[in-house]
Amino acid sequence: MKDSPGLHLKTYALILFIVLFAPLGNVLLSKGMKGVGSAKDWARGDISHIFGSIITSGYIWLGIACLLTFFVAYMLVLTWADYSYVQPASSFSYAVVALLGYFLLGEAVPLLRWIGIFVICVGVFVVGHTHPRTTEKA
Amino acid sequence: MREFLFLFLIVTAGTGGELCVSRAMKVVGEVHDFRPAALVRFVLRAMGVGWMWIGIAMMTLAFFSLLAMLSIENVSFVVPVTALSYAAGAFGATLFLRERVSPQRWLGVFIVCVGVTLVWLSRR
Repeated sequence: MKDSPGLHLKTYALILFIVLFAPLGNVLLSKGMKGVGSAKDWARGDISHIFGSIITSGYIWLGIACLLTFFVAYMLVLTWADYSYVQPASSFSYAVVALLGYFLLGEAVPLLRWIGIFVICVGVFVVGHTHPRTTEKA
Repeated sequence: MREFLFLFLIVTAGTGGELCVSRAMKVVGEVHDFRPAALVRFVLRAMGVGWMWIGIAMMTLAFFSLLAMLSIENVSFVVPVTALSYAAGAFGATLFLRERVSPQRWLGVFIVCVGVTLVWLSRR
């Protein structure tokens, strides 16, 4: 397999987009859903009311906009890089989402969770040093 | 109990959906032109691939499961535990997309899974 010039550069640029917009989208969704109420208490008859609350939440729509941006970047990078490379490489977003949850939503993040997220990032580092594409170009 | 169901749907439907989208992207081909008009044509071309629609349907199911899970738990817990999809993704990429996952990538995926376990244990 032969690299096209700048293959790694454009891969890293789009992965940067992915690790910023996916966590921001999830944090906004979390903010919106906390206003809807816990799914533990959802009853079958409440579904239309819950759905209405979801689709009228500004935070949910902002979150969806961020996730759509992430999705487009994700689709683009998958046209040349392996799924098994992109998925782990984009997991830096787990660290970003914990930081945003802590700073923007005021979530309590226990030490063990930070350690777990750090271990996830180590796994990402290991995966990130493999080649972006293992299949032959069509 | 509901948390487990939602987590299961996030991991399985989410990973399945991403694999289908990835397969569709391989059909569409590599993007070289990043101008807006070219990107719109690219998206329209992608929408003409059947795998894309199957992927979108599965990812929609995963999305609503994620919303339900976010209404119960903190985002700093929910998103990291969904990294369980790494193992499913690596297996799926091997079987479904015929990608060759190297031993180093498998090691990375294993370490990620250890991290997910620690995050799970941090649950109150």
